[in-house]
Amino acid sequence: MRIALFVTCLNDALFPQAGIATVTVLERLGHTVAFPAAQSCCGQMHANTGYAAPARQLERLTEDAFAGQDAIVSPSGSCVAHLRAHTALPVYELSELLVDVLGVTDVGATFPHRVTYHPTCHGLRMLRLGDRPTALLRAVRGLDLVDLPEPEQCCGFGGTFALKNAAVSGAMLADKCASAASTGAEYLAAADNSCLAHIGGGLARHPGAPKPIHYAEILAATGGIRE
Amino acid sequence: MSRQLPIVAITPFPQAAAHELADTQLRANLGRATRTIRDKRARVVAEVADWEPMRDRAAAVKDEVLDNLDELLARFEAAAVAAGATVHHAADAARANAIVTELVQEQQADHVVKIKSMATQEIGLNEALEAAGITPIETDLAELIVQLADDTPSHILVPAIHYNRSQIRELFARRMPGFTATSDEPAVLAGAAREYLRRTFLAAKVAVCGANFAIAETGSLVIVESEGNGRMCLTLPETLIAVVGVEKLLPRFADLGDFLRLLPRSSTGERMNPYTSIFTGVTAGDGPQRLHIVLLDNGRTQVAQDPAGRAALRCIRCSACLNVCPVYERAGGHAYGSVYPGPIGAILSPQLTGQDAGFNKTLPFASTLCGACYDVCPVKINIPEILVHLRQTGPKPAAERAAMSTLSWVMRDRRRWRAALRAARSGSAPLRLIARRHGGTLRRAPWPLSAWTAHRDAPLPAAESFRDWWRRTHEQS
Amino acid sequence: MNSPDHAAPGLPGLFAERAGDYRAGMHHCTEDELPGVLAGLLAAAAKVVLPPGVPAAWTSGLAVPTLLDDRGLTAADLDEAGLSVLTGCAVAVAETGTIVLDAGPGQGRRLLTLVPDHHVCVVRDEQIVADVPDMITALPDPTRPLTMISGPSATSDIELNRVEGVHGPRRLDIVCVHPAI
Ligand code: SF4
Repeated sequence: MRIALFVTCLNDALFPQAGIATVTVLERLGHTVAFPAAQSCCGQMHANTGYAAPARQLERLTEDAFAGQDAIVSPSGSCVAHLRAHTALPVYELSELLVDVLGVTDVGATFPHRVTYHPTCHGLRMLRLGDRPTALLRAVRGLDLVDLPEPEQCCGFGGTFALKNAAVSGAMLADKCASAASTGAEYLAAADNSCLAHIGGGLARHPGAPKPIHYAEILAATGGIRE
Repeated sequence: MSRQLPIVAITPFPQAAAHELADTQLRANLGRATRTIRDKRARVVAEVADWEPMRDRAAAVKDEVLDNLDELLARFEAAAVAAGATVHHAADAARANAIVTELVQEQQADHVVKIKSMATQEIGLNEALEAAGITPIETDLAELIVQLADDTPSHILVPAIHYNRSQIRELFARRMPGFTATSDEPAVLAGAAREYLRRTFLAAKVAVCGANFAIAETGSLVIVESEGNGRMCLTLPETLIAVVGVEKLLPRFADLGDFLRLLPRSSTGERMNPYTSIFTGVTAGDGPQRLHIVLLDNGRTQVAQDPAGRAALRCIRCSACLNVCPVYERAGGHAYGSVYPGPIGAILSPQLTGQDAGFNKTLPFASTLCGACYDVCPVKINIPEILVHLRQTGPKPAAERAAMSTLSWVMRDRRRWRAALRAARSGSAPLRLIARRHGGTLRRAPWPLSAWTAHRDAPLPAAESFRDWWRRTHEQS
Repeated sequence: MNSPDHAAPGLPGLFAERAGDYRAGMHHCTEDELPGVLAGLLAAAAKVVLPPGVPAAWTSGLAVPTLLDDRGLTAADLDEAGLSVLTGCAVAVAETGTIVLDAGPGQGRRLLTLVPDHHVCVVRDEQIVADVPDMITALPDPTRPLTMISGPSATSDIELNRVEGVHGPRRLDIVCVHPAI
């Protein structure tokens, strides 16, 4: 199957590993991945910060960049949710594509580590990803998945909320970091690098806390220890 | 009226929230309260097999009300008047306060007993009555606590949740005539309130209430409560004045079948609240013989005109959205600067007043858009969507506006975007060397990113962007 | 939607369980046993307030004075210590353990069941409907003054601790009358 990748602006600039991992997993499963170079941003950040006109321009740009594609995959729950709400594109979050469209849960990964999973708000409540990401993680060889306490609690990122309401955001982050640290996991995985940048930034200040990782990178791993 | 309505924030939300966050007692009380109520709610909602279709039906009924507001108001008025009530219309808070004050003065009453009512809080009725020399007495236990403390409520359902029992005992000892108890057991404190208020109820000539629902078909008002103070107010005084927001209408009596299932389970997490009273006009020999109903607009028909924002008027004030909101749980009710706190407050206050009022324009930003409120709302108000709508239609800082359009200009062209990615990478190269790094993150960034690094490390641009990696690995073979 | 099914055998049991959850006193008897059960529940009352229309059989076993409401009783009269009030109900809801009074015969004016500290309510099996929507449609006249009661008055306003009995009756006893087998 031919699948187009929407990598997202954030991953493109700051976290290319998530995009690389998505490509790696899909190619390993025998699919062809395309990367339409005209893409940049879905417009979510503009829309949610209150700028409808630029958001609409970016939504149209994304529609044009992906015109005619049968299946679009993105390693970002919040961007998928935004595109689904504002365009007619056939766009899937990675776990939706793998589990629902391609019908696989075992993607042939090996990752011998203790991992906990944070279901980000968009994945949980807008996309209703449910147990798709954890089903994929459970099938990874060597991986020990441990429960995150109060998983459904928002991490406090919320785009520009983290800057505009820094105090409340920081308080929410502290609670999420404490939950993550209490698991004893080596890695905290999630389906969105925006939330992970925020949580990871907090975890970096907790000695011994789990390291942030996009779950696509775990699905791409074949045994070697990351880094 | 020069006095500012109690639905106008006088401090920007971020500042008010930061101030409240420092109160660790408040945070502990709120955290425990919201957790307890949301767990109870989840248990009783899970019992109901048709919860989701019921939410859809309830949302549709409320939309029907908003579509036919004038017609249903006329029908309600005709039915209520036929049953012996007098109906008044108040376009705004000042008018409503004047009507109620005159009605109380007509009865030559120097005090009124009150049932907890968001509508009367919204218009600042207590302050208006006091200015006219009339003493309003809140009879709901939590509202009484708040009133005795000269404080404001911090939660719709449990307004005194920011007080603990010893604070309440101390307050009663200071402010409640005849209070002598030395114990701070909740049962003892509630018993003291019972004794104190019983005398008040028996002597009261006028009561003021709101309504949870107003039935257009029959002209009936519905009041949902727990303590029985509502029944006292609705039954004992000779004159009853109900202040009812026009959006409280339901078209048909049968609509209560769904709403009386949705409200208690969403609100207190009970299958049913202890007491629900429904009354229609005046009944000879039973209850008040004079019933005045003040239908309050105060911005509501204006809000009903906005197709993207009007769903906020479906709200039945259950407070489920407060109890699941991670921002409310930490900032508390006072930070919203309005009698309507939490997610519903963030969309209702700025719509009722207009975003230019005070700092109400900061309220739509008091959310991470996590969506927990939408999930629990019994009338399915898509609160995140309305928050975004208000952000998009409200006033914004010029510098931010400029930055956002520049950013989108860069992103709209693949050459500009690629150049920007490369510039960011080389621009951040010195940071990589100079800044103290922790697994690739930055501990302290210059303004404006300092707001970020105050609480967390910042990521640095990748050494190779995704698109450069793609070009290197997939396009150059 | 649920449909009213007055004959469903599960409803009286569910009603009793749910009303009991609110810490209402639950009692069960047949028609023949009813006078004795009521006499027992009301034995300690100083007086028993009766709305018009209470069946004579209900009071036949009472050993304490009664006070029939001829619409002359005032709230102050009803505020006397030790009063109990005995009523029937219009309809009851199994799912929520709710009794509904509509000022019909044997129920009386609203203040009768509000001011006294003890309320005894008789519920017959055939009055019990499944859920709230059934109750709403079962009411003979929605414009009568209606009071839905689910357990004794309660508050959770102090640290979320539930305290029974704030302003309404602090004790609620419900007597479920089942057909004799
Ligand atoms: S917005 Fe919805 S959840 Fe919030 S108080 Fe209103 S009805 Fe309840």
